[in-house]
Amino acid sequence: MSGPRVALFVTCLVDMFRPSVGFATVKLLEDAGCRVEVPPVQTCCGQPAWNAGDRENAKAIARQVIAAFEGYVHVVVPSGSCAATIARDFERMFAADDPWAGRARALGARTHEITAFLTDVLGVTEVGQEAPVSVTYHDSCSGLRSLGIREQPRRLLASVAGLELREMAENDVCCGFGGTFCVKYPEISNVMAGDKTRHVAATGADLVLAGDLGCLMNLAGKASREGRAFRARHVVEVLAGDLATPPIGEAG
Amino acid sequence: MSLHEATTPAFRANARAALDNANLQAALRGSRGNFITKRAKGREDLPEFDALRDRARDIKDHVLAHLDLHLEAYEAQVIASGGHVHWAETAEEARAIVLDLCRKAGAKAVNKGKTMISEECGINDFLSANGIAPVETDLGEYIIQLRGEVPSHIIAPAVHVTVPEIEAAFRKAHAHLDPDRDLSDLAALQAEARGVLRAKYFQAEVGITGANMLIAETGHSVIVTNEGNGDLTQSLPRMHIVMASLEKIVPTLEDAATILRILGRSATGQEMSVYTTFSRGPRRPGDPDGPEEYHVVLLDNGRSNMLATPFQDMLRCIRCGACMNHCPVYQAVGGHAYGWVYPGPMGAVLTPSLIGVEQGGQLPNASSFCGRCEEVCPVRIPLPGMMRSWREREFEKRLTPAAMRRGLGLWAFAARRPRLYRIAARLGAGLLSRLGGKSGRIASLPFARGWTGERDLPAPQGGTFMDRWKAARR
Repeated sequence: MSGPRVALFVTCLVDMFRPSVGFATVKLLEDAGCRVEVPPVQTCCGQPAWNAGDRENAKAIARQVIAAFEGYVHVVVPSGSCAATIARDFERMFAADDPWAGRARALGARTHEITAFLTDVLGVTEVGQEAPVSVTYHDSCSGLRSLGIREQPRRLLASVAGLELREMAENDVCCGFGGTFCVKYPEISNVMAGDKTRHVAATGADLVLAGDLGCLMNLAGKASREGRAFRARHVVEVLAGDLATPPIGEAG
Repeated sequence: MSLHEATTPAFRANARAALDNANLQAALRGSRGNFITKRAKGREDLPEFDALRDRARDIKDHVLAHLDLHLEAYEAQVIASGGHVHWAETAEEARAIVLDLCRKAGAKAVNKGKTMISEECGINDFLSANGIAPVETDLGEYIIQLRGEVPSHIIAPAVHVTVPEIEAAFRKAHAHLDPDRDLSDLAALQAEARGVLRAKYFQAEVGITGANMLIAETGHSVIVTNEGNGDLTQSLPRMHIVMASLEKIVPTLEDAATILRILGRSATGQEMSVYTTFSRGPRRPGDPDGPEEYHVVLLDNGRSNMLATPFQDMLRCIRCGACMNHCPVYQAVGGHAYGWVYPGPMGAVLTPSLIGVEQGGQLPNASSFCGRCEEVCPVRIPLPGMMRSWREREFEKRLTPAAMRRGLGLWAFAARRPRLYRIAARLGAGLLSRLGGKSGRIASLPFARGWTGERDLPAPQGGTFMDRWKAARR
């Protein structure tokens, strides 16, 4: 393959909970002609520390990610939230005169969420898949507001033959996950998740898709507790044609 | 809820109570979409809206960089027009100044336009305790005054109250009401309040208003209202007292016009509020009406300590309420849960600044960092970033809960050691996957009740990506 050399930052949640999302991401990248590598020094982007106000640990983890990934032309992440941490927040963690700030900025400029990378960087317009399903798409907050990801996943989904996208009400409103927010304020998080599952259900779609596993685990977990009929998948699973893997929160 | 007892440390309990309050939930759900739709329309209809936001931000940044000069210029203009400026470093000082002025005016009753600064200073309780009756003239403020409450929203103070609750409050307070009179809709309630308040406009010796802006070059104070109550409050009594905080200054009339163009649209979607009133100084010879005395109480109350800190940008706030209208947390629990004067995202940043992070530290934590507040803020205040700055202060001061610190510390220890982390992730994925069993989800986990209380935990597929990748590719 002669395409660009791409490093996959798989994210801690995909690594531990849903490796199939990582493999679907690799498939999409390889189908688009990329040479994918997975640097072994990767754990988490450090967002939990950063958002909890623990700047020292956030910086230490950021330095680890920067050192491990700065040798690659592109870094691709199957999460808008983790991609935004690397692309936007790493630089903010360091003082302006800290050399790591410059390295963070350089890495940030080459770090992309998967659907944005496929469409905006590689110019992919078709994924060549078929899926006779109705879906609705939840815009995860960080991807939407920090990285401006809204049209990219929808454009790629539109190229899936047989797929019908039904937009839900309030599709740009937080699902209540919010990292540690969901366990720090479970009652409030639960209300937000319940609003979201209600909106998903109202579309009658078979699947809710999103670009972030955190939000999806929250939605899938709430929906199964409520006995909802819809299922949840990461958007790359549909784009890569992996509907054989059981949906989130179900076993094979 | 009494104003001076901040219940911010009890945010969690307040929030739980709010979620269980059926009337509150009905009121919140009833209003929720309105503000959002109207603001979106207001923005859509003005192509230069976002450019105006940039200009407004720049105006306020300029003011904050030269606050002393603009404040002095403003004071000189007020004095030149026959008014008086009183500088209050604290809420206590402001209360004393207002009481002194009211006594000087021989006041038995004081009419009030909507002012959050008076809420911040607890003026109503203080005047009542000193034998002077405050009368709120804004309909929302009037309703919550009857109910013995404080505002739950900075521009819609009674947004947490349902129509039947308003009717009940009126029937209790208005002894003249015919039990057969229909008060089941808002228009009837408005008419009833108007009838009662009309008489009171002519009884008060002092009128207190807030200020949406203070204009340095002219000495004007500006209020925006939709009911016209502010005009009657300030022009009928013998004395007009403006209560405003330092950062309300803008340099010029033109700057005020710029901010007015985004204020109404951001707040209610209105191009302009129904009334925009400029006032300066007492009645001049030949004026048909106006107060005999004009006083401005300029409140600091901790704001100048925010200058040159990570929280300075918060002083750009023009109090439109868009952040709370768009905040899913505010919309779930309402404003009273926040436990002090300012709720929602702007309150989550401002409250710790004004009453201390030890008291107000819960609020910047009660956010999912969804970023909708920053997205709609007309002066582009980076609200989530500043909430994060508060969390950093809390972490440094060891105010972050111990369980959270321990959990975070353990996790970070592993996350900084990739080999150790790999082992931990492998064990975790294996264990949780087995717990999920054939269902693929976990209904209850003793150490993760925050998650499993109201939702299942999807179980891992089993085996980490890193292990599977290594096995597949080598």
